[in-house]
Amino acid sequence: MKKKLSPAFRDKLVTSGIVVVFFALCLILTAAGATSNQFRGLIVPIAIYIILAVSLNLTVGVLGELSLGHAGFMCVGAYVGSIVSLLLGDVIENGYLRFPIALLCGGVIAGVFGFLIGIPVLRLRGDYLAIVTLAFGEVIKTIVRNLYIATDAAGLHINFTAIADMDLDPDTQKIIVNGAMGISGSPRDSKMWIAALLVLLTVVVVMNLVDSRAGRAFMSVRDNVIAAESVGVPVVRYKLLAFSVSAFFAGIAGVLYSHNLSSISPSTFDYNLSIMILVYVVLGGIGSIRGSIIAAALLYALPELLRALNTYRMVIYAVILITMMILNNNEKFKGKLSRFSPKTLLDRMKRKGGDRI
Amino acid sequence: MSFLSYLISGISLGSVYALIALGYTMVYGIAKMLNFAHGDVIMVGGFIVFSFVSTLGLNPLFSVLLAVVLCALLGVLIERIAYKPLRSATSLAVLITAIGVSYFLQNVALLIFGSSAKSFKSVVPIGEIHIGTELVISGETVVTIAVSLVIMVALTLFVNRTKTGKAMLAVSEDKGAAQLMGINVNKTISITFAIGSALAAVAGVLLCSAYPSLKPTTGAMPGIKAFTAAVFGGIGSIPGAMIGGVLLGVIENLSKAYLSSQMSDGIVFSVLILVLLIKPTGLLGKKINKKV
Amino acid sequence: MNVLELKNLGIQFGGLHAVEDLNVTIREGELYGLIGPNGAGKTTVFNLITGVYKPTVGSIFLCGKDITGKPTAEINRAGIARTFQNIRLFSEMTVRDNVKVGLMNEYPYSVFSAILRLPSYRKAEKAMNEKADKLLSIFDLGDSADLLAANLSYGKQRKLEIARALATEPKLLLLDEPAAGMNPQETEELMSTIRFVRDEFKVTILLIEHDMRLVSGICEELTVLNFGRELAQGPTAEVLRDPRVVTAYLGE
Repeated sequence: MKKKLSPAFRDKLVTSGIVVVFFALCLILTAAGATSNQFRGLIVPIAIYIILAVSLNLTVGVLGELSLGHAGFMCVGAYVGSIVSLLLGDVIENGYLRFPIALLCGGVIAGVFGFLIGIPVLRLRGDYLAIVTLAFGEVIKTIVRNLYIATDAAGLHINFTAIADMDLDPDTQKIIVNGAMGISGSPRDSKMWIAALLVLLTVVVVMNLVDSRAGRAFMSVRDNVIAAESVGVPVVRYKLLAFSVSAFFAGIAGVLYSHNLSSISPSTFDYNLSIMILVYVVLGGIGSIRGSIIAAALLYALPELLRALNTYRMVIYAVILITMMILNNNEKFKGKLSRFSPKTLLDRMKRKGGDRI
Repeated sequence: MSFLSYLISGISLGSVYALIALGYTMVYGIAKMLNFAHGDVIMVGGFIVFSFVSTLGLNPLFSVLLAVVLCALLGVLIERIAYKPLRSATSLAVLITAIGVSYFLQNVALLIFGSSAKSFKSVVPIGEIHIGTELVISGETVVTIAVSLVIMVALTLFVNRTKTGKAMLAVSEDKGAAQLMGINVNKTISITFAIGSALAAVAGVLLCSAYPSLKPTTGAMPGIKAFTAAVFGGIGSIPGAMIGGVLLGVIENLSKAYLSSQMSDGIVFSVLILVLLIKPTGLLGKKINKKV
Repeated sequence: MNVLELKNLGIQFGGLHAVEDLNVTIREGELYGLIGPNGAGKTTVFNLITGVYKPTVGSIFLCGKDITGKPTAEINRAGIARTFQNIRLFSEMTVRDNVKVGLMNEYPYSVFSAILRLPSYRKAEKAMNEKADKLLSIFDLGDSADLLAANLSYGKQRKLEIARALATEPKLLLLDEPAAGMNPQETEELMSTIRFVRDEFKVTILLIEHDMRLVSGICEELTVLNFGRELAQGPTAEVLRDPRVVTAYLGE
């Protein structure tokens, strides 16, 4: 037999290659001082949105379940990560030691949330699942908006009413989470290269997962759940797995997010953010990891770079979004015009790759 | 304030949700799509009345009528331009398109009116009503409940008694079969969008009269909650949307009053989650048998 | 040994008795037919056996083990696989991957092994690919292994469904109208395929079919359903001569 790279492997190589080249260029240009402040500020957020889009694609594209609560898992990660960093701040001063712990905690707890929410929720299907995930996202947002955490000499204080109710010792008090004001003062540990590395990690893990027994089980559930059960796929178990892994990486993205800004506010993590990520996933091509990466990077960066057109840019964005959806999904237009759309170009690249990754 | 007054204002808020939820539920029933832009029609209705009354000085009642007509037209237009080409597309594609329409409406409003909140002058001509010494009900509350009641009765009669209403039921049951029976499906869908958007305009005016602040994003949260109410009552079911809307308003108001005003949104969504977990198709939703 | 026993099986939808008081015994290696007019409840029986529906009364035994009311996936792992009347493939997956879904319980490895590409992953995947390709070539699908299942012709889709079902190594294979939509020549071919499958894979086969040529050609025993009840049962030739069966099919 001739030894040849399998299509799936080649596809993975290309996709991770794109990630590596893109971020390597960013890092080199920045190190050489050739990037503007604005551009440098975009790199970590781009990484964050790529991770969010790739992980959401696992639920929406690969498993085929519509989730509108991705921002909720990101929120859990952001909060847990920041709380861990702030609590460990005095113990571990080295950011390179502290940050991995924060990342791991944020990701794992978000994953646990994904699992716990998944148990009841995944019995629902389609639009009902969508609305319940949206509701869960909003519930998480409401809870953290009312969450107060502080420390003093007496130890850790947590309540849901106000910092003022804690009777803190004024000399040693340290406010960690301040209700609707969110968290401020997280260490700025989200270095560019760490973010790039995490994107690569996410992409490789998700692609390896998709190209395995688990990934095939996800896709079988997406394509025909009754047939999947009939050949022995434990559907609930795999739905939970996909949901937790997806939430885990959303949590990682959250930790990156909260360690990239001097303060975070709970209102960031509302359903609009979930929807924005979903838009990236759909425009990048459902089920296509590479598509999600490109769409997230482009669609996040473009409006930011077009700030000059400030007032009109969101209107233009909306018009483009509607037009693209119609051109890509309408039978009449499909054949004629879509030849030029990015999605078709992506499809063509994918077809060359031979596999749906 | 007494329990009774919280309850009444809850019913009032809930009737507004119910009016919006009716639009969601009718559109879902007929087009099987989540019209995410529906909430933004509320905002458009609010801004139309605001412009006519505050800027042009027109008669409030006349302005409301105009807003209703214009929003109905807007609804039809949205369906024709954005949703109709996607009838055979996946529900996800339609959902994203609806999100695009929502972005569009919000950002056009942002361009015209700016992001700061406009104070909306109530269109309700009656003042507070005192019952006994304790109970004070605002004119807006009374009008909201009354108007919603009339609309709900009228809508129920329309759907069950008129030919057009029955055509709507038929299309929502089976589009293909309805077409074979000689029902004009396109026209029926247009009418549904027109009615839904007209109701949203009314809801917008009532909502802004009671909570007099108007922004491009004003429609988003009530829209989401009304959507929740529609699912809560069983999406696709008209009585379900009414019950779901009113219940949601009451739950929201009572939890604001007795539990925590900060937590009320969370409580509303938690109740939705609980209801769906116990009864996965909502309070009055039809049970779907899986067909193999 | 009896591979399948249905005892007093029945299910009600609302007030309707879709299947009532059904008793069937299928011996190992048998080719058993379930026939009857449209709407007689044949597919419902398949759905009961595979756990898609839970029976209202009665019980189902697979090789003497009670599997009544078990979830579908568990019933498959216990040894029952099926095809569907309206083909249900994983249409956006490749032909090979369709079969590999069926193989997943036989070649387990952990999620971590997959993510880290450990040797256990490579070994299992290699074995799976070999087995899948072998199955595909048996069904003449070897050349189509990398196509999306949706792009196969109708006849090949039916074959792929059988291959996928066999990948789970069932003791009992349920075929729901395998000859639907086939021309006489294809049906002829299918008959020899079914016999071959029975002998090669040592499975017992229960099939629903309307094509009487196929039924009389390969089925050894028959049960005829009418309005959810057993109308006749026994060796094929006898049953097909039964005047009640003729009436049920052709009318008075």
